[in-house]
Amino acid sequence: MKRRRFIDFLLGGGIAGTIITFLYPVLKYIWPPKQSEVIVKSVVAGKINELAPNTYKIFKFGSSPGILINTKEGELKAFTAVCTHLSCTVTYDGDTETIFCPCHNGRFDLKGNVISGPPPRPLEAYNVEIVGEKILVSKRT
Amino acid sequence: MKTFWEKIWLYFDYRFKISDLAQLTKKKKVPEHKYSFWYYFGGICLFLFIIQVITGILLLLYYTPSADSAFESIQYIMSQVKFGWLIRSVHSWSANLLIGAIFIHMFSTFFLRAYRPPRELTWVTGFFLLLIFLAFGFTGYLLPWNKLAFFATRVGTDIVGIVPIIGEKLKTFLLGGKVISNATLPRFFWIHVAVLPFITVLILGVHLLLVQTLGMSTPIGLSDREVKEIPFFPNFVLKDFLAWILILGLIGILCVFFPWEIGEKADPFASAPPGIKPEWYFTFMFTTLKIIPSKILFIEGEKLALFGFFIGGLFWLLIPFLDKKAQKEEKSKLFFIIGLLILIYIIVMTLVTYFFPKL
Repeated sequence: MKRRRFIDFLLGGGIAGTIITFLYPVLKYIWPPKQSEVIVKSVVAGKINELAPNTYKIFKFGSSPGILINTKEGELKAFTAVCTHLSCTVTYDGDTETIFCPCHNGRFDLKGNVISGPPPRPLEAYNVEIVGEKILVSKRT
Repeated sequence: MKTFWEKIWLYFDYRFKISDLAQLTKKKKVPEHKYSFWYYFGGICLFLFIIQVITGILLLLYYTPSADSAFESIQYIMSQVKFGWLIRSVHSWSANLLIGAIFIHMFSTFFLRAYRPPRELTWVTGFFLLLIFLAFGFTGYLLPWNKLAFFATRVGTDIVGIVPIIGEKLKTFLLGGKVISNATLPRFFWIHVAVLPFITVLILGVHLLLVQTLGMSTPIGLSDREVKEIPFFPNFVLKDFLAWILILGLIGILCVFFPWEIGEKADPFASAPPGIKPEWYFTFMFTTLKIIPSKILFIEGEKLALFGFFIGGLFWLLIPFLDKKAQKEEKSKLFFIIGLLILIYIIVMTLVTYFFPKL
């Protein structure tokens, strides 16, 4: 290697090294720090008699929302409220007795299966248990 | 004996060589023909951007970028701060008009084939400016932290997450975590008021430099008799100003009769409100995602739609290099039809969003 090329390489490498040394902490800085996530397996979604038949409520299941439905027949059902299409929070449509996502008109039946619209997958269903006065919702294993 | 103002002029002219610049602008000519009307949209975009900067700086005085108080700070601006409603409405309305003006500017540039050599890079920088201003719109939409904005952001960032390989990483970076949380709003604010303006200044600088260096294009097929030249200063500049004043009047009317709404405060644990849709300039994509079947053959519909938008965007970016006829100063019927179909698609899908919301 000629002396000039060696000097060019050394200078170029030095500049590249300086840029990387500057960029590395900047990139690390703007990357969001890890947040401790509590893994929730079950939550108290409400109290019995809180929901009239054919109504629903949204509850907190860890960091995401869940939907608890008291059907017309008085059966309690729970699902994740995060639509499988593009993550909007679903609602319950009492008239058609279906779960509905207002963002892109996705519709699910009361088993969580897709009836119409763009959602690619069913809603994840949760177990519902009544413990004393409380409605306990847990992930299915 | 020199007057006071002449002395001032000479003082600055000696240091900044203003008369040289003035001489240059006197020499500069702009073509004028039957399509000249469309040229003014570039200047209108610049004017609306200046309004964005001024009103944005003013809003910073009272806006608080945190999930706990952002909505309340907007309420405060709208109800307590004198003329706060006006400043915010001007910011929001001019942002929407700006995106509209960019679309008009882009399609008029397309149909007049102003992208042909040597102006390919003017088109490319313009395309990136469109993306940047869409990003401005997307990040700014969340800042009031209201229900509509919350779910629009959730859908928008989920779309980012679908992008192969980098999607999930990019989504985490944008949201400041896996889901929209208290960390998201400051991030969007940072992108909206610092990152995007910085990039805009760089790209807009190149765009304007190219426009000034290369001059304005003359449409293909116009004879010399159909094109005359007018001085840039004062003729063209005054016409530009007239357009700016008309736009300012329009903004004033819109703000007084339709002040920008606040909406309801976002609740991450509430159902999405009925009739939810993004800002109008995203609705053609929104409706496509709504009506596309969940599966086409073995591919998920939403992924296919996004892939289609990506390919469409890439094609649009590369138009100056693909339209070989325009490079030879000839009009290409094929590119005209493609452009027309894209325009019709955007308009029809946008109208469908508003007139057939239950589709």
